[in-house]
Amino acid sequence: MSILDKHKLIETNATLLLVLSLLVVSIGGIVQIAPLFWLENTIEKVEGMRPYTPLELTGRDIYIREGCYTCHSQMIRPMRDEVERYGHYSLAAESMYDRPFQWGSKRTGPDLARVGGRYSDEWQADHLRNPQSVVPESVMPKYGFLENNRIDGKYVGDVMATNAMLGAPYSDEMVDAAQADFLAQADPDSDYDGLLERYGDAINVRNFDGKPGVSEADALIAYLQMLGTLVDFSTFTPDASR
Amino acid sequence: MTKPSKKQEGDPNTTGHVWDGIEEFDNPMPRWWLYTLYACIIWAVLYSIAYPAWPMVNKATAGVLGWSTRADVANEIAAAEEANAAINTELETVELASIAGNPELNGYATSAGSAVFKTWCAQCHGSGAAGFKGYPNLLDDNWLWGGDIEAIHTTITHGIRNEDSDDARYSEMPAFGRDELLEDEEIDQVVNYVMSLSGEPMDASKVAAGTEVFADNCASCHAEDGTGDREQGAPNLTDAIWLYGGDHETLTETVYNARYGVMPAWNTRLTEAQIRAVSIYVHQLGGGE
Repeated sequence: MSILDKHKLIETNATLLLVLSLLVVSIGGIVQIAPLFWLENTIEKVEGMRPYTPLELTGRDIYIREGCYTCHSQMIRPMRDEVERYGHYSLAAESMYDRPFQWGSKRTGPDLARVGGRYSDEWQADHLRNPQSVVPESVMPKYGFLENNRIDGKYVGDVMATNAMLGAPYSDEMVDAAQADFLAQADPDSDYDGLLERYGDAINVRNFDGKPGVSEADALIAYLQMLGTLVDFSTFTPDASR
Repeated sequence: MTKPSKKQEGDPNTTGHVWDGIEEFDNPMPRWWLYTLYACIIWAVLYSIAYPAWPMVNKATAGVLGWSTRADVANEIAAAEEANAAINTELETVELASIAGNPELNGYATSAGSAVFKTWCAQCHGSGAAGFKGYPNLLDDNWLWGGDIEAIHTTITHGIRNEDSDDARYSEMPAFGRDELLEDEEIDQVVNYVMSLSGEPMDASKVAAGTEVFADNCASCHAEDGTGDREQGAPNLTDAIWLYGGDHETLTETVYNARYGVMPAWNTRLTEAQIRAVSIYVHQLGGGE
């Protein structure tokens, strides 16, 4: 007990107390945080992940701007009820290009981690315009103004450059072609070969809101329609022991 | 420190701390409390050996029980599937039309189908299946692609106008106005005629002119008398039931731009047993043929 008898020295010496407190807190921090940089099961390698296209990235920004995350999570937990309702549980790697990620479990509305392809574009547009027109019991506000807000993707290249700085694999070519790709994805009559070449063949190229021009609704629906569709679980089986 | 201690004969020792003359007896911890603490410490050690716990350099200890959340949910789902395996196999293999005559199977399919419907279908067709503008009502006996159990099953399996299934039901009404197949005047006439088919009192001269427009442009799919053709998914225009609305303005828009409602192919997301169950459920809602 002799070392405990010395506590008076610490209690009466503020600087020493501060230094030792910092030491103790640092140990706790290191134990919790440091292994995350080396743990192999933090992010497993999966096939199919790609960075967002310019239109989807814009849609994601609108999703965050409108506060969709306050009611909708994007994290299917590994529980039977969630897996059977929403689909395969989410993998950490599926959020690897999300800054910030949209995890959560507070759901006023349903989880959206795998909402991509679940409804038609027309349904999404109807539902954004007036959620109660298709789900009368819904408490979601109306987002009809999104389809009236025209956007041209002028600054989406800057957003991509910032994401590239944070680690998303956007090449200089992608950043340079950002605005062209942005406009091409919302117009099936355009020349979108470059977009497919840069981001893969599985990109949805459609007039998402069914109206001429590119609106915020186009971007948001493009984003919603790709959520959770990148990893093909018919060919990829996650390691069960993680 | 200057005041004399208030400790009396027989009191336990004090801790040695004194503040403004206040001292603290150095009573031992209650035994029950102390042993509970020790038990908790032992429990924590054993727990961290049995279950995944300690982060090492590049992986965490897995625990001797080998438990993981992913294996756990896989086991739970496997157990549920196991419990229903026999009846699901039966549901998948029997003739669709014979299910209604088998009370046990029919009961299972109806309740399983109800759960599937509420999870996957209610968002468009409504939790009560009455549909919305653009999303068909499944309660009535008015069907676009057929209302017998086989037809419903095919529609649910492959969906409508989607890219997921090669067998998706496909009908494509021309956009008569947008693609300049008809003049605005002709569209007005044919809309008048179509509305008159459902018994609306319309302008007789326009109806007469519309009859001709209809025969030339619409009858090949909607039939000469306007009763439609389920083979092509062409709706019956004579029953006053409208998917998008039966007023003049809405019908004009329908003829001008055409409507292409989409339904996903559910064979990419649901099992055959689930598809059959929800087919049975929809079939018994009221309009099944």
